[in-house]
Amino acid sequence: MSTGIKDKVAIIGMGCSRFGERWDCSTEDLVLEAFVECLQDAGIEKKEIEAAYIGTHFDEVNVGKAAVHASINLKLPFIPVTRVENYCATATEALRAAAYAVASGAYDIALAIGMEKLKDTGYGGLPGGAGRGVRAFITQANMTAPGMFAQLATAYSRKWNFPMEKIKDAMTHVSVKSHANGSLNPRAHLRNVVTEDKVKNSPMIAYPLGLFDCCGVSDGAAAAIVTTPEIAKKIKANQDIVKIKALQVACSSGEEEGYTSWNGAHVKTTRVAAKRAYLEAGVKDPRKEINMMEVHDCFSITEMVTMEDLFISPEGKAYDDIMEGFYDLKQGGVPCQIDGGLKCFGHPIGASGLRMVYAMYEQLLDRVPEERKVGNARLGLTHNLGGYPWRNVAAISIIGRD
Amino acid sequence: MGWLDPSIAAHMRGEKAVANFDEDSITLAAAACSKAMEPFERSKIEGLFFSSTSLPYKERLNAAIISAALGLSDNIRTADFTGGLKAGTTAVLSGLEAVAAGSLDLAIACASDCRLGKPATAEEMIFGDAAAAVVIGREKVVAEYKGFHSLTHDFVDHYRGEFAKFDRKWEDRWIRDVGLIPMIIDAVTGLMKKYGLNISDFSKVIYDCPDLGSRKQINKKLGITAEAEQQNFQMEIGHSGAAQSLIMLVSALDTSKPGDKILVVSFGSGCDALYLEVTDEIDKQPKASVMGMQLNKKAELDHYEKYLVWRDILPVNTGLRSEEDLWTRPSVLWRHRKEFMSLCGTRCKKCGTPQFPVQRVCVNPDCGAIDQMEDYRFADKTGEIVSYTGDMLAASQNPPTAYGAIEFEGGGKNYFEFTDCDLSDLSVGTKVTMSLRRKYKDKKRDVSGYFWKATPVKEEK
Repeated sequence: MSTGIKDKVAIIGMGCSRFGERWDCSTEDLVLEAFVECLQDAGIEKKEIEAAYIGTHFDEVNVGKAAVHASINLKLPFIPVTRVENYCATATEALRAAAYAVASGAYDIALAIGMEKLKDTGYGGLPGGAGRGVRAFITQANMTAPGMFAQLATAYSRKWNFPMEKIKDAMTHVSVKSHANGSLNPRAHLRNVVTEDKVKNSPMIAYPLGLFDCCGVSDGAAAAIVTTPEIAKKIKANQDIVKIKALQVACSSGEEEGYTSWNGAHVKTTRVAAKRAYLEAGVKDPRKEINMMEVHDCFSITEMVTMEDLFISPEGKAYDDIMEGFYDLKQGGVPCQIDGGLKCFGHPIGASGLRMVYAMYEQLLDRVPEERKVGNARLGLTHNLGGYPWRNVAAISIIGRD
Repeated sequence: MGWLDPSIAAHMRGEKAVANFDEDSITLAAAACSKAMEPFERSKIEGLFFSSTSLPYKERLNAAIISAALGLSDNIRTADFTGGLKAGTTAVLSGLEAVAAGSLDLAIACASDCRLGKPATAEEMIFGDAAAAVVIGREKVVAEYKGFHSLTHDFVDHYRGEFAKFDRKWEDRWIRDVGLIPMIIDAVTGLMKKYGLNISDFSKVIYDCPDLGSRKQINKKLGITAEAEQQNFQMEIGHSGAAQSLIMLVSALDTSKPGDKILVVSFGSGCDALYLEVTDEIDKQPKASVMGMQLNKKAELDHYEKYLVWRDILPVNTGLRSEEDLWTRPSVLWRHRKEFMSLCGTRCKKCGTPQFPVQRVCVNPDCGAIDQMEDYRFADKTGEIVSYTGDMLAASQNPPTAYGAIEFEGGGKNYFEFTDCDLSDLSVGTKVTMSLRRKYKDKKRDVSGYFWKATPVKEEK
């Protein structure tokens, strides 16, 4: 019987570039920024890395296919370097590949890197739908990400008989909170504090999502070095060891898209992955046991439904928790998007999953200034969602310190 | 545009029909055929004769695209009729004669045009986009074909060369005095002579002539009474090219009685005159007026600029996002032709679940049967919106791009674009029907791509 990944892999080093419109940086520059920090943090030499997993999504506006660009950029000495891609969950998949490589015993030390350079497209938002394949190019609507996720709001409104104004209130609170958190973080893309009025009155992007319901489209990279807990204790004799408690992925089965049992008001894969992750990590009551979260707030409505999909808020009650500040930074609940989230820290697609883990990691090691510290954090959850509500990859990690 | 040429002001009356940004002659024809075919079994249609002077393709059979959209059998005869505006009646005659000869039992003839009048011309004011279709067969006949008389003249009242976007026209007075009036009279008198009829034998006289002054003269010279003269919808639709005489025929049948004789005359590079007699079957038709229903469906076009942009007359910036490549891959189109063109999905024979797109593994999580599928066409199913949005980010000539999830009556669900609507027309629970649309136009490779969209069912006014 499988036993999962719990406590089999430790993270000994992490790095994260500043996210944003990095006009002066190529992907290679961003990767180097995250890698140098990560390697220094791990306290090992480059030659000790035995395998690497490189995540990037939009190869067409980025670095091309495969991962040789990274092995050459970082001068990794003839080790196996593998490209990983799974929509917006790409970086969590890179971490999962590195963690499994170590857990299998195949390698002692492995590297995971996520990267994306989006600001060479020439426009806001993500590149379009041609990447969905030649058949879907015809059969799928002329959709963009905000329009796909906006439908969570219309479906949620129907399911819970919530007027759209009320959903808009909660979405607004979500965005205002993330801007407040992002403003405290020097590496975040968007560091401005915003008012509820500003959020609510922003231009409509895809009904009912306005501009401030949408996350930043950013350049950035993040990296992690993983090893076994035993090796970690030798290298890091004088610090807490951050261990992976769970890594779970669930992919759509076609049921959400083409079968009528799914109501469109939540993300089915997130629920499945969350249940498996809690089981793997031994978490029985996530609302009480999880101390902090970084979730996939590509849009404010996604964050709202995710609070229910992760079983933190009871079904239909995300509104109450959000409006009461349960997910705000210093309100005694479960702080969410503590570094600003995708919304404000930014969303370079292939880097985001590792950026989320980085936010947990620096809190668990008590490396953040008091103003954005989550007190006594022992267990953090990341939720990284790729694709769109009816066709997606949900990747959840739980990491903690003993 | 009256500031540029005050003479066109005379035509600034009434309305003109403008096809939506995602419509063209093919999609209009598919809609008209679909409506006309309702009482018949699609699988029994043996011929499709399409006519238009605004064909999306010069080479690639336009009728074959329509046939695919209608889900007709592969074993049918199809043809495009084009060139002169009388192509509409010529297509009908081909169907009639094929059935009369016993070659075909059931055929459909349709005419559709979306002609472009050059800005600041009378034609821009006069032209309207429309399509009409008639089913031709031996059963359920509402109007019996009794005879014809055809004329052919290389009379160049207007023409469009190989690469022209707009017509070039000669002087109105010459067209009227040398073309319209004498040629239409010639066609009518020729037919009457051939069959020994008088003008008073016809309850309805349909002839294609948009010019009011010419109509008065023709009526006077032929003795066509006000009751017998079939209205031409110039104020409601405009001149619909090859479809014009068929549109008038559809309208005439709306109010015909058994025994009525109908005369139909087209005009353009000559004339076709058709002689029809209404049968008892007409009384079994639904009482609702086909034309009335179609005219009621109109929506106001709020900006002239939209028309110019949709017809690619006015270059506009639709953003860098719109520069995405729109490759058409004929091998993909062929492999998935039923799915793309006829909105044909599958239904699981084991659990009965309809599904789109085509699946080989059943989508029902409690079933999952492999290769137990049969074809299942969603194109004629009604659906209900379960989620929706209006997207301002998606590159479009008509933002916001509205789309969302639809659950079909009888089962099946997927995500489709919405068209012929504003965002305010949409809500969860709104009923929709499916409509073939031009999904994209790739100017680089000169290809139009087609797929189905959902249109909200509007309350009858």
